[in-house]
Amino acid sequence: MAKIKALWLLIAVGLCFSFAGSAFAKPIDIHWWHAMRGARGEVVQQIVDSFNNSQNEYRVVATYKGAYDEVVNAGVAAVRAKKQPHILQAFEVGTQTMMMSGAIYPVYELMADNGYKIDWSQYLQPVLSYYMNADGHLMSMPFNSSTPVMYYNVDLFKKAGIPMLSKEKPITWDELGEITGKLVKSGVEGGLVTAWQSWTQVENYSAIHNLPFASKANGYEGLDTELMINNDKVVNHIARLKGWMADKRFYYGGQKYQGPKSEFIAQNAGVYIDSISGIAKLKSAVKDFTWDLAPLPVESWMTEPQNSIIGGASLWVFNGLPKKDYAGVAAFLNHLAGNESQILWHKETGYFPITLTAYEQLKADGYYQENPLQEVGIKQLTRRIPTKISRGLRLGYFIQIRNIINEELELVWNDTKTPQQAMDASVARSNEKLREFENIYK
Amino acid sequence: MIKKRAYFKTRSLPYLLILPQIVITVTFFYWPAVQGLLASFQVSDPFGFRSRFVWFDNFITLFSDPLYLKSMLTTLIFSGSVAVVSITCGLFLATMANRVLRFTTLTRTLLIWPYAIAPAISGILWLFLLHPSYGVVSISLENWFGLDWNPLLESSHAMLLIVMASAWKNISYNFVFFLAGLQAVPHSLIEAAAMDGASPFRRFWAITFPMLSPTMFFVTVMTIIFSFFESFGVIHAVTQGGPGGSTNILVYKVYQDGFIGLNLGSSSAQSIVLMLLIVLITTLQFKYVERKVQYTG
Repeated sequence: MAKIKALWLLIAVGLCFSFAGSAFAKPIDIHWWHAMRGARGEVVQQIVDSFNNSQNEYRVVATYKGAYDEVVNAGVAAVRAKKQPHILQAFEVGTQTMMMSGAIYPVYELMADNGYKIDWSQYLQPVLSYYMNADGHLMSMPFNSSTPVMYYNVDLFKKAGIPMLSKEKPITWDELGEITGKLVKSGVEGGLVTAWQSWTQVENYSAIHNLPFASKANGYEGLDTELMINNDKVVNHIARLKGWMADKRFYYGGQKYQGPKSEFIAQNAGVYIDSISGIAKLKSAVKDFTWDLAPLPVESWMTEPQNSIIGGASLWVFNGLPKKDYAGVAAFLNHLAGNESQILWHKETGYFPITLTAYEQLKADGYYQENPLQEVGIKQLTRRIPTKISRGLRLGYFIQIRNIINEELELVWNDTKTPQQAMDASVARSNEKLREFENIYK
Repeated sequence: MIKKRAYFKTRSLPYLLILPQIVITVTFFYWPAVQGLLASFQVSDPFGFRSRFVWFDNFITLFSDPLYLKSMLTTLIFSGSVAVVSITCGLFLATMANRVLRFTTLTRTLLIWPYAIAPAISGILWLFLLHPSYGVVSISLENWFGLDWNPLLESSHAMLLIVMASAWKNISYNFVFFLAGLQAVPHSLIEAAAMDGASPFRRFWAITFPMLSPTMFFVTVMTIIFSFFESFGVIHAVTQGGPGGSTNILVYKVYQDGFIGLNLGSSSAQSIVLMLLIVLITTLQFKYVERKVQYTG
């Protein structure tokens, strides 16, 4: 008896599905693979839902595919199996790999082909420039972008008699040396910790001071690029941090963010350099002290510091899918770049809005008066027009290069190498990787 | 004489019966292995649109890289340490557990537990104890003994940490086999030796240990293979190969270059080298160590 019932149920369910399929013209599915989990994932879903509800021709299906590297790998495997999604979120270090892949439909072409006339000058230039090709055309749609800033412990600053820092005008590295010195003297265990050392202390340090990170305009103008971070200025910066380690004005908390962040939260360090995306994390984790934000320090000789550079990810459109799908992809990207989506995204996640109009709108709404923390990064990012040097980095095997820099810096921190030796080795080892990458595309 | 041959009525039936096994082995082992071998002779972009046959270039690049050779040395040191620690501890615990008269099942179950923990989790557990910022033990070490324990910076500390985390898990595995081996040692022999006045240590050394040699041999081979491959989870969770590449063992480098870095040619070449290395080590073990092993029932 139970068996027959189950059979009827099966038939009924089957019928429902077959009718649902044929009764209406089915919307075209647009697949989007991303790496946004938890709260960020929910905001992604909100944006997707608002697009899906706004029309019935297309249906965007957003799927979480794991961490950044896993998403890129999923994309690679999908392309190889000819089952690629329409849109893939790829992290900024994978930009060169994606761009050279031959598997993508450049976003500027996609938008133009589908009749969207976009005024790219209305976008935040330092965000856009990271994802442009050498001719200034946008290859992928910027999505989540952040930049490093400096967090400090207000209570410890007060205790040590240090005045609060400006949210707009950066202090100098020499001043930070004095500040961390005072902190340590006042009984704090350590001064400065930094997350993502390669990104904050080498990549962004170079951009802010307009020092080339690599030849050929940081790799934008050719695969035959070579790293240039063994220059005096970067080496001196590393040497200074190493010098600060003697009295713990600086100390090492690990390559990523977990270690340094926990040092800051435990009040073992008074100053902490990390991405603006740390704001949300600190807001929920810090209960027993107040903290504030300041732009990254600059050298005293740099009177007009450049923009900092971004981290994060952008959305790539794969080619080789049916033409009618792309109209939907373009419509969705247009929706994503709209004020409503961007404002929601910025407010909920802290990542930058990608257009100036969204930024202006937020300013007009008084959002930054209530949330002054959120504007520190955006101001630092937009304080100058990006130069060829500060617009971004475009390197093959960039993930390995970051790894190399991290490794070599660790060898400085643990007294195995001098800063000059470590930076020379970083350059030499990275150049080998760059040549290997160039060799693929010969 | 017992006849061991099975008889089948049709000739095709035996092949049909082993077909599922063959299909699985071919799809999940031989096919990827052949792909890996092919990829190791090519340079190709991640998406597979361009690939060029380069003969042994990937291998030549590897072996002319001093860091790769260093990684090889690191792997040998790491595996050796894990083997020594987990085998001695496993044997010691098994000998002790073999003498326990009460709550035998409970003690044995508890000692086997850690093996059920995934390597990555084992790594995280050890990190909670020994991370310089939030590790309970490392904070106590500093407060009570003034020891500056810092695996984030000190290569030797990092190596010690991953050896402990990997060996800890493997102790249980070895324990199970040693315990089974010990139970197979005839009691009469030990009792006879005891009556002749042999001390417990001498009884162990002259009777139990030689009779355990097949187990010992098996466990050594397995531990080395484990530490070459399975320890990946521990490294990934604890050091990510750092500081300064000092815990970057071969299998982790394969992952970093292939999966994270998308350098498939080099990564495939590395897996081939890794495979050859493990074949070499195991052959050596069979050739030289197995001679000393006594298989007696």
